[in-house]
Amino acid sequence: MANDRDALITGIGLVSCLGEGDDAHWAALTRPGGFQPVVDEARFAPYPVHPVTALELDKQIPKRGDQRQMEAWQRIGTYAAGLALDSAGVKDDADLLSRMNMIVAAAGGERDTAADESILSALATSADPGALLNQRLMSDLRPTMFLAQLSNLLAGNISIVHGVVGSSRTFMGEEAAGADAVRIACARIAAGQGDLFLVGGSYNAERPDILMLPELDRALWQGAWQPVWARQADGGGLVLGSLACFLVIESRSHAASRGARTRAHIAAIATDRCMRRPGNATANAARQLARIRANHDLAGAAVVSGATGAPAPTAEESAFLRDVGLPVRGIATAFGHGLEPTLPAALALAALAVERGTLFPPLEAAEAPMTEALRSVLVTSWGAWRGEAMALVSPV
Amino acid sequence: MALADTDRLGRPVIVVTGMGVVTSLGIGREANWRALTAGRSGIRRITRFPIGGLRTTVAGTVDTVPLDEPSAPALAERMAELVIEEAMAEAGIGRAGDFPGPLFVAMPPVELEWTQRRAIADATGTQAVTYADLLRVANTGAFARFQSRFLFGSVADHLAERFGTKGSPIATSTACASGATAIQLAVEAIRRGECEAALAVGTDASVNAESLIRFSLLSALSTRNDPPESAARPFSKDRDGFVMAEGAGALVLESLAHARARGATVLGVVAGSGEQTDSFHRTRSSPDGKPIIACMRNALADAGVAPEEIGYINAHGTGTPENDKMECLGVAAVFGERASTVPISSNKSMIGHTLSAAGAVEAIFTVLAVRHGVLPPTINYETPDPALPVDCVPNVAREARVRYAMSSSFGFGGQNVCLVIGAAD
Repeated sequence: MANDRDALITGIGLVSCLGEGDDAHWAALTRPGGFQPVVDEARFAPYPVHPVTALELDKQIPKRGDQRQMEAWQRIGTYAAGLALDSAGVKDDADLLSRMNMIVAAAGGERDTAADESILSALATSADPGALLNQRLMSDLRPTMFLAQLSNLLAGNISIVHGVVGSSRTFMGEEAAGADAVRIACARIAAGQGDLFLVGGSYNAERPDILMLPELDRALWQGAWQPVWARQADGGGLVLGSLACFLVIESRSHAASRGARTRAHIAAIATDRCMRRPGNATANAARQLARIRANHDLAGAAVVSGATGAPAPTAEESAFLRDVGLPVRGIATAFGHGLEPTLPAALALAALAVERGTLFPPLEAAEAPMTEALRSVLVTSWGAWRGEAMALVSPV
Repeated sequence: MALADTDRLGRPVIVVTGMGVVTSLGIGREANWRALTAGRSGIRRITRFPIGGLRTTVAGTVDTVPLDEPSAPALAERMAELVIEEAMAEAGIGRAGDFPGPLFVAMPPVELEWTQRRAIADATGTQAVTYADLLRVANTGAFARFQSRFLFGSVADHLAERFGTKGSPIATSTACASGATAIQLAVEAIRRGECEAALAVGTDASVNAESLIRFSLLSALSTRNDPPESAARPFSKDRDGFVMAEGAGALVLESLAHARARGATVLGVVAGSGEQTDSFHRTRSSPDGKPIIACMRNALADAGVAPEEIGYINAHGTGTPENDKMECLGVAAVFGERASTVPISSNKSMIGHTLSAAGAVEAIFTVLAVRHGVLPPTINYETPDPALPVDCVPNVAREARVRYAMSSSFGFGGQNVCLVIGAAD
């Protein structure tokens, strides 16, 4: 039943290896002849990475000075935010942007890798490494680089470039940050603590310093690319992908009052955590699903999963979804695993599918085709390390 | 006057029932309040790492918290544990490992530090180190312990597990406004009726060579290194930058109805909060001050409090030429002719700038000021700036009965948050 305080998606801005925007993504996902991944196996060998599509940055970040003040994760994020604002029809509407609340899920920390390598090499033979480190950092660090490393400066750049100034909050914490950003936006809309939100995040996978952190725990997949479910038989692992996704999420009444094009309804969203002992994450997901089932009919539903490829949670989620029994699509196959924006991006693909009333075809052999009309999409996002989220996307 | 359970908009009144704090002045509420009201500085020469070649050699480090393997997230987490324990004990809420509500943690971004990077580099066996070499060593798993330590989510997750907070913990970063954002998030969750109680925490332990140098290269830090305690000079004509500092603060927030029902002592009221993003520049405020002014007004409006009811302002007061000027401009616009008489003091003159923690730490000091009727001073105020005609409670604490106070936080990236704190009765 429609309610004024329903959280509706009215804008989608998606950037990945598959392209930019709704049409490029839908075309790639429904390609005649089957899905073809866009993956670079050579650049960071032995680690395959999904590279971001070539962007004409000027289209969304018109000032070159702004582009120079950002690193790649901020540029693709600011670009995707612009796409979302365009798609919601709020771009350059100063009145709406002054009331727009932003919740960004971000990491950050892109480094000057050449400077790191040079400094580490110098330290290796230094008699006084402490003094040398100070001296080299003082001379080698670019002042603007700091601002490219701060998590909240993706939001800061979006404020500067696009004029979103109602409020600005940044959440950190890998996949869970993206899920909680959406959850809190929806909760605030339901409670009347805001009408118009810009929610999302971005991730740049194409840097050795970024690959380093997961690989310290040997979490990355090596060698020839394989889809996320098929990969599990050979031990599993993450194939990272550069990804940015922002959603404009709006109360139904606010969307109606401005005659906005409404895309999909986030009918439910829940997040939780656990210690990931065997069965813990399944228990969280089962609770979340039971609550959704109590209020929603899942006939004609499918699952868009944010499964990361990390072996233990992916195996557990796979078993859980088998029991749920709905057709599943793993977005990590589509454009790699992109951490913080995973849930927003899964919601975006779910919204595109729900809008069209049809699920995109299987991305790999393990996924079942769906011939019947699509009525809703259950979205999951279990973090590689922590966090379990589930959402339900329904037609408007 | 007895407080009502709901405010004028029918929302639950949010109260503070427990607080814990760690700064360079010491561990715990009492040690901090005693030092703060005595006008003592916690700023000292940095001993944690070599300071040769640095323009700034002072900071408000927390050096008394032992750690097995020191790093910024490790110290931030340990300080957060200490302040949460203190706050929960004061509130008498929940049980060990079972806090009855969600966790909101303000903290800085996390990344591998030079200690870890060098340890990995040393294991490469080469003196011409590349990231390919580092990745090769990473893949041995020999440094797997660094992985979860330097995830952005691990501090909040560890705290959630240890204290048994409910649901997915939120780690937030809004630069120097982060602590106030954590409080805002908690207030909103209680107002929505999602929970009756919440933990709002700010913690920051960023004093390492690279972080210090990054701020130094932005010319944000004071270089008045001698004596260290003189470096932080908010509102003075000769202020020349902020002083990096560490610390943590935790507040147990709950609905007044919940606090009353369990017989808890109310320490103060979070009457309202406001924010307004500044889109002018990445590190500078809009020259017209409009976002800061709007932020203060939004907080007052949310609280339903008029400017003339504010008896004390706990300033952001970093001691940078820019911040103090813009903050005073905002105060002048919002408070009109009272701008030069409403007391406005900066804790940062004594504890330095605790960055992501500042909003929480200083909200706690604001609650204590209102509760005890004592305004902590702005120390090092020797050379008034004629351009900033404010009563900054110079150098010596002052007794004052305050019904409502404002605590302000402004950060890089256009982040502005103001809180309105009310008396418990």
